[in-house]
Amino acid sequence: MGGSMVIGQYVPGNSLIHRLDPRSKIIVIFFYVIIVFLANNAASYGLLSAFVLISLINTRIPIRYVIKGLTPVWFLILFTFILHLFVTKEGEVIYQIFTLEIYSGGVKQGLMISLRFGLLIFMTSLLTLTTTPIEITDAIEALLHPLNKVKFPVHELALMMSISLRFIPTLMQETDKISKAQASRGVDFRTGPIKERVKAIVPLLVPLFVSAFKRAEELAMAMESRGYQGGEGRSKLRELKFTLKDYLIFGLFILLTIGLIIIRQ
Amino acid sequence: MDITFKNVGYTYQAGSPFSHRALNNISFHIPSGSFVAIIGHTGSGKSTLIQHLNGLTIPTEGTVQVGPFILSKEKKEKDIKLLRSKVGAVFQYPEHQLFEETVAKDIAFGPMNFGVSETEINQRIQEVIPKVGLPEALLERSPFELSGGQMRRVAIAGVLATQPEVFVLDEPTAGLDPRGQKEIMNMFYELHQTEKVTTILVTHSMEDALKYADHIIIMNKGEVYMEGKPEDVLLKINELRRVNLDVPESILFLKNYLKKFSLEDEVSVKSIDELADYIQKTYKGDYA
Amino acid sequence: MNTPLVEFTNVSFRYNEESPWALKDCSFIIERDEWVSIIGHNGSGKSTIAKLMNGLLFPNEGEIYVNGTKLTSETVWDIRRDIGMVFQNPDNQFVGATVQDDIAFGMENRGMERQLMIERIQSSLEAVEMTEYRLIEPHRLSGGQKQRIAIAGILAVSPNLLILDEATVMLDPRGRAEIMATVAEVRGAESLSLVTITHDLNEVAQANRVIVLNKGEIWKITEPRQLFTERTALKNMGLDIPFITSLTEALKERNVDIQNEPLNDKELLEELWILHSKT
Repeated sequence: MGGSMVIGQYVPGNSLIHRLDPRSKIIVIFFYVIIVFLANNAASYGLLSAFVLISLINTRIPIRYVIKGLTPVWFLILFTFILHLFVTKEGEVIYQIFTLEIYSGGVKQGLMISLRFGLLIFMTSLLTLTTTPIEITDAIEALLHPLNKVKFPVHELALMMSISLRFIPTLMQETDKISKAQASRGVDFRTGPIKERVKAIVPLLVPLFVSAFKRAEELAMAMESRGYQGGEGRSKLRELKFTLKDYLIFGLFILLTIGLIIIRQ
Repeated sequence: MDITFKNVGYTYQAGSPFSHRALNNISFHIPSGSFVAIIGHTGSGKSTLIQHLNGLTIPTEGTVQVGPFILSKEKKEKDIKLLRSKVGAVFQYPEHQLFEETVAKDIAFGPMNFGVSETEINQRIQEVIPKVGLPEALLERSPFELSGGQMRRVAIAGVLATQPEVFVLDEPTAGLDPRGQKEIMNMFYELHQTEKVTTILVTHSMEDALKYADHIIIMNKGEVYMEGKPEDVLLKINELRRVNLDVPESILFLKNYLKKFSLEDEVSVKSIDELADYIQKTYKGDYA
Repeated sequence: MNTPLVEFTNVSFRYNEESPWALKDCSFIIERDEWVSIIGHNGSGKSTIAKLMNGLLFPNEGEIYVNGTKLTSETVWDIRRDIGMVFQNPDNQFVGATVQDDIAFGMENRGMERQLMIERIQSSLEAVEMTEYRLIEPHRLSGGQKQRIAIAGILAVSPNLLILDEATVMLDPRGRAEIMATVAEVRGAESLSLVTITHDLNEVAQANRVIVLNKGEIWKITEPRQLFTERTALKNMGLDIPFITSLTEALKERNVDIQNEPLNDKELLEELWILHSKT
C-alpha cells in the first residue's frame, strides 16, 4: 500500500520532542517562524540553525531520512537561491557569464533567504515527524477553543479532520482496487496521449465518489446510532496536559529569542 | 489457455523500508479448460497471485505464462491490453467498478476498450443480459438505481461481454444471499462447461470448491501449501486444520460417522447425496 | 415489570411514497435476555427492522416500544442508549483514529468521566479478547477484528440490546467464526438481549427464536429447530438450509427413519446410532 515517502510523515519514537504536548510544539513553531525574520547576520542564523539541529538530533530520527523525505523541497530552496543570485545587484561583481553578472550581495542574499526557507521547512516538518496527525488535530481543537465564543464550529472542524485522516488509508486502498478493476477492463492509465489519459480518470473518479458518499452516509448512521449529537455535552478520552518539559521548552525558547535579539545587528 | 507459474515470487515495494514479501517460489500448471479453486486465508497471497494472471502485477522473480503471453521482470510483455481482453477478471464486490450513465454503456465499456465494433457490442449485450439474469428493461437505467445484487450482475455482464478465454473470479458471490450465490456460481459453471472457459475461482467456500473445481490450490503465507484433486485435498483434515482452514461439512460428518460406527472404509464424497447414499448403505451395520 | 424489551405493533415502512412497502404490518416482541434471529433474503426488509428499532428510521404506520417507551423523535436519544448496533461494513463504522478512540466514541457522546472511560475500554477489550490492540490504527486490523472492536464499543456503554445487522456478511470464514464466538461469549457474561440479522441459516441455530421475513412481511416466528423442518418453504424464499438439515432430508428420502430434527452433527449421529442399535 502506497508507501512512498510523504513529506514529514510521522515516525514513531519516544524522544523528548515526541513526548511534548502537541500544543507546545505548535506554539513554539509558530513563534519560531516569526523570529526567523529577526535574523540578519551569520551569528543569528547560526543560533537559529543550532536550535533546529539540536531538536532534530533529539528526535533520534535518522537525519538522512529527514533530508530524503524533503527531496521535493530541495528544488524549491535551490530555485530560491538561484533567483536571488541573479536578481540582486548589490556589492561587487564576482563572476560574469556572458552578460549575466553575479554580485557578492546576490550570493549573500541567496544564501540567507534559502537558509531561512530551509529552517522554516525543517522546523515545521519536525512537528509532523514527531506528532501523530490525531495529536495535531487535538492540539488545533484545543488552541482554537476560544473561537467557540464567536460560534466558530471548532469541534466539528476537528472531527472532520480526524475522520478524514482516519479514512485516508481506506480510500487509498479503494483507489488501488478500482484502478485495477478498470485496468482489467482495458483502461490504460499509464500510456497513450494526455487527452486519453485524462479520459481514463473518469472510470476511476466516479466509482470513488460514489463509494465515498456511501461511506459517509453509513458512517453518519453508525455515529448517530452510537449517540453522537454534536460537540455539546461530550467528554473526551484524549487529554492534553502541559507538563514540566513543556514549560522548560517555553523557557528555552524565550532564551533563544532574547539571545537572537542581542546578537543581531 | 494454459497457465503456468514458474518459481514466481513477488515483493511489494522491493528495496524500500516498507517492502513486504507476498509470494514465494510459486510453481504450478493449469491446463486449458480446467476449473481451479484457490483457497487460503486473507493475507495468504491469493489476491496477489491472481493479479499476475492479467498483468496487473508483474512477478519480481520467476515467470508467469498465460497462453502465448509471458510475464516476467526481465521481459516486458508488449501487448498487455490484448492479454487483458482474453482474461476476464471479476474482483471482490465488482459492483464498485460501475460508473457509466446506463447499464448498457457500462457493459459496453470493456469491449469498447478492446476495440470491439459497435454492432458486435450491441449483439453481445443482448447475449449476456439473460445469462446473468437481468431483465432487458434495465439496460437504459442508471446502474446506481439498481439493488446491490443487480449491480453485481451488471458488473459481471460487463466482463462476460469481453468474451474472455479465462475467468479470474475473486469471491464473486461475497455478500449475496444464498439464492443469488447459487445463481451466479451456476452461471459461471455452465459457461465453463459449455464454452470451455478456463476458470480460476478464489473462494472461502470449501463446499463450492468441492462442488465445482477439478483442481484445488491451497495457499498459505505466500506459498502453495497443498494442491490436487478436491476430493483428495479436502480429505486431509489435519493438514487443513493446521493452517486454520475449514473442512467441508460433508467430509467432516463422514469422518465422524466412520469413527462412531467403527468403519474403516476408504471413501470420499463430493456431495450430500453421495454422503447420504453411503450412510444408507452402512448405518445398519449389516452391509458387505 | 413484565414489559417486553422491544415491541412492534403493526409497523409498516417505505422509503418514499412511490416505492413499495419495505416492511408491512409487522408485529412481534423481543423479551429481556432473549436472542432473536431475523432472517430473510436480500431485500426482505430485515435491515429496515434493525434501523427502525433504534430510530434511524421511523415507521409510516404502527408503533414501536422500547422498554415500554414509545419511540418518537423526542425519545429517540434515550432509546439509543439502550440499543447498540453493529452494521455490515467494518470500515464504515470505525470512527476513531485508534482502537481505544473508537471504543471511547459512544462513551464520549454520553459525556462519561475520563477515568471511567479508561476502565471500560480495558474491560470491553477483554470481553472481545483484543487487549493488545488498544493503540492500533484501524487500517492494520482485519475485518473481523474491526467488527469485534465495534462490539466492544457497544459493550462499553452497556446497553440492554445488541443488534448485529448482517455484521458477518463481509467477513471471511475466520472472521465470521470470531464474531459468533465473541457474541456467544458476551451473551454468557452479561445480561444482554441479542438480535442477529442474517441470511445465513447456520447462524440462527443458537438463537432462542427466529423471525422469518419474506418480501417485507413476517412469514413466521418460531424456534430454530421447528424452522429447519420447513425445508421447501425456506428454499422457495431463497434461503439456504444448513448442511445437517439437508443431509437429514436426503437420508429421509432414502427411507432412513430419523425421528427428531437434529441441529448438529452430534444429534444426527446419535439418531443414526439409535437406528443402528434397533436392528
